Amino acid sequence: MEENVGITGAQLLVKALREEGVQHLFGFPGGVVIPIFDALYSAPDIKVILTRHEQGAVHAADGYARSTGRTGVCLVTSGPGATNTVTGLATANFDSVPIVCFTGQVARNMIGNDAFQEADIVGITRPITKHNYLVLDRKDLGRVIKEAFTLASTGRPGPVLVDLPVDVVKEMGEAEYPASVSIRGYNPVYKGHPGQIRKAAQALKKSRRPLFYVGGGIHISGAAEVLRRIVRKTGVPVVDSLMGIGSLPGDDPLDLGMLGMHGTYPANMAVSHCDLLFAVGTRFDDRATGDLAKFAPGAAIVHIDIDPVSISRNVPVGIPIVGDARTVLEQLEPLLEPADIAPWLQSIRQWREEHPLVPRSGGRGLGPDKVIQAVCDLYPDAIVTTEVGQNQMWTALFYKFRHSRSLLTSGGLGTMGYGFPAAIGAQLGNPGRKVIDIAGDGSIQMNIQELATAVQNGLPVIVAILNNGYLGMVRQWQELFYQRRYSSTCLRTGTECPPSCPGPNEDCPVYTPDFVKLAEAYGAVGLRVAREQEVRPALLEAGRSTRRPVLIDFIVEREFNVFPMVAPGAGIMEMSFGEEGRR
Amino acid sequence: MKRVLSMLVENHQGVLSRIAGLFSGRGYNLESITAGVTMDPQVTRITLVCQGEDNVFAQIKKQLHKLIDVIKLTDLTEIPALHRELALIRVRAQASDRGEIFQVADVFRARVLDVSLDSMVMEITGAAEKIDDFLAVLLPYGVLEIARSGLISVEKGKKK
Repeated sequence: MEENVGITGAQLLVKALREEGVQHLFGFPGGVVIPIFDALYSAPDIKVILTRHEQGAVHAADGYARSTGRTGVCLVTSGPGATNTVTGLATANFDSVPIVCFTGQVARNMIGNDAFQEADIVGITRPITKHNYLVLDRKDLGRVIKEAFTLASTGRPGPVLVDLPVDVVKEMGEAEYPASVSIRGYNPVYKGHPGQIRKAAQALKKSRRPLFYVGGGIHISGAAEVLRRIVRKTGVPVVDSLMGIGSLPGDDPLDLGMLGMHGTYPANMAVSHCDLLFAVGTRFDDRATGDLAKFAPGAAIVHIDIDPVSISRNVPVGIPIVGDARTVLEQLEPLLEPADIAPWLQSIRQWREEHPLVPRSGGRGLGPDKVIQAVCDLYPDAIVTTEVGQNQMWTALFYKFRHSRSLLTSGGLGTMGYGFPAAIGAQLGNPGRKVIDIAGDGSIQMNIQELATAVQNGLPVIVAILNNGYLGMVRQWQELFYQRRYSSTCLRTGTECPPSCPGPNEDCPVYTPDFVKLAEAYGAVGLRVAREQEVRPALLEAGRSTRRPVLIDFIVEREFNVFPMVAPGAGIMEMSFGEEGRR
Repeated sequence: MKRVLSMLVENHQGVLSRIAGLFSGRGYNLESITAGVTMDPQVTRITLVCQGEDNVFAQIKKQLHKLIDVIKLTDLTEIPALHRELALIRVRAQASDRGEIFQVADVFRARVLDVSLDSMVMEITGAAEKIDDFLAVLLPYGVLEIARSGLISVEKGKKK
């Protein structure tokens, strides 16, 4: 093809986005991506959401993708723009979120010269993406974009990065965008092996103490419906990983809640006493299993996962089934029968009664667990995002999720600052639903600049800050395992503080920032709540906002801990409930 | 235990670093890695030798297989295969020792590539153990320099 025939690389990219059905693109411009943003200027059907930081762009694309199931797309510039995506990509990679991230790159003849704003982003992101590309030939552009979208959204989904040198983007070339591509080294298996599925069904039939253990794969594959049917049919109880929450309605009597370090008592006891652990779309993460030697000691294990790497990695699996959670469960469904497990269900009822999950706060200020219960009562069908730490664990425990794809949280990487930009993405993808970020006062500050994005796009996201003035989860560990030496975890620390903190008291310096004023400065609504009776009215007021984000600064009890808790390295049946150590 | 994997991979830039990065990033032990293009210029064959207990090795294989650029992976540890390594060795060789060293080289079927006043360069091909043995015999003369290629392997053909 002659030069100057066809369309520019940037135009082909816009065409590709259209054919992929992309409606929102999260991005931030810079020198080498001006040609792409220029092409987008003539494409009003693709709404560019200008975040205030590239990390925010990736998390927003992530929240969009997790809540809708569609691929999230971002576009950033070279060098610092690209390196700012690293945390977002690693977050998405850990939690299997489909994202295609386009980064600008310096012109081909400048690559390797330490050019202005040059970074080897393909090298940097190799271990934190599903795959990545540097496009060195305009002829490859269409195929590479198609491969990126294909890889991101199929198999075990994940982020794919495409690095675009500015001269490739400007170069004229063919206008064709392929309808499909085949990648010879990539053939994800969706259907489970029928023999293995039969074995799994038999194991379930024989088991007297069966238990489902479900993870994020349920949401990703769209398996919540078939799982719910199977649970209704068999009567087998379920525990969720953090990522699996919402697979079953949280108030279902057969849903025992989250297992693991901050798991519920019935969930951890059931895992420890079951004779068959039937795992679906989960990866036996160390925060879920605790000490592996004490994990499900008497259980045979079935494991369904689309990623063979996840199978028999941490826990040896007796009946492995490689496949897509939904497809395999649909294959399994007709083989299942109601389970005759009354004594097992009786033990589970007993565990529920022994340590019911109820808010423990009270007496020393507003309880964060009660705030979350109120959020759940008033907005039971919301999409809830979290930051990371205590806020995340309280949400997992006290918000009873009814729907699939409704808890958006950084489970694997544990990224503070994830929740708010993710909420922005989720709200854009779900304009009809209430979207609430349950935040800590520490983590919200990691991407607070996105208040501008939320305000300018008219998004009525509610940010509920559980403000205890601490990096609460680390403080909790310091309290429990480091003799209450609060090294660098108090966000009220000032020059007037003594070198050794006696604990929170009336002389503590004032908190910075004033979140209410900060919200107002951005043009959002700011509310402050310090007493229990103000919680519901404030949440209701926040819910009435239709065009503006609302930030509520809940001043909560300062040294309140997340319980139940399993100490790091212990077995998950070795739980403490905090009664004895309660301050 | 030593394991040998043979892979066909896309002949793309960065493939080798994807594979090497997998080993370093996940703390796997990588002993040698060699790469060369096949009859199909778009495909490279990589032979790698690694160490690991059974469960670690199972993970290594799955992780490699998961790489998009890996087209085919064959475990040559358990099946009949031919393994060869090439080494170039410079050994100290005064005139008085030369004859002896020539004899040793002959026994090991090594080829002498270069003879100078006080040293010789030899080429030897074989299984890694054979090269190790050859080196052990040369050691008393003084091994000055050595370059080893790392293992390359192919599966044996069917005999019936």
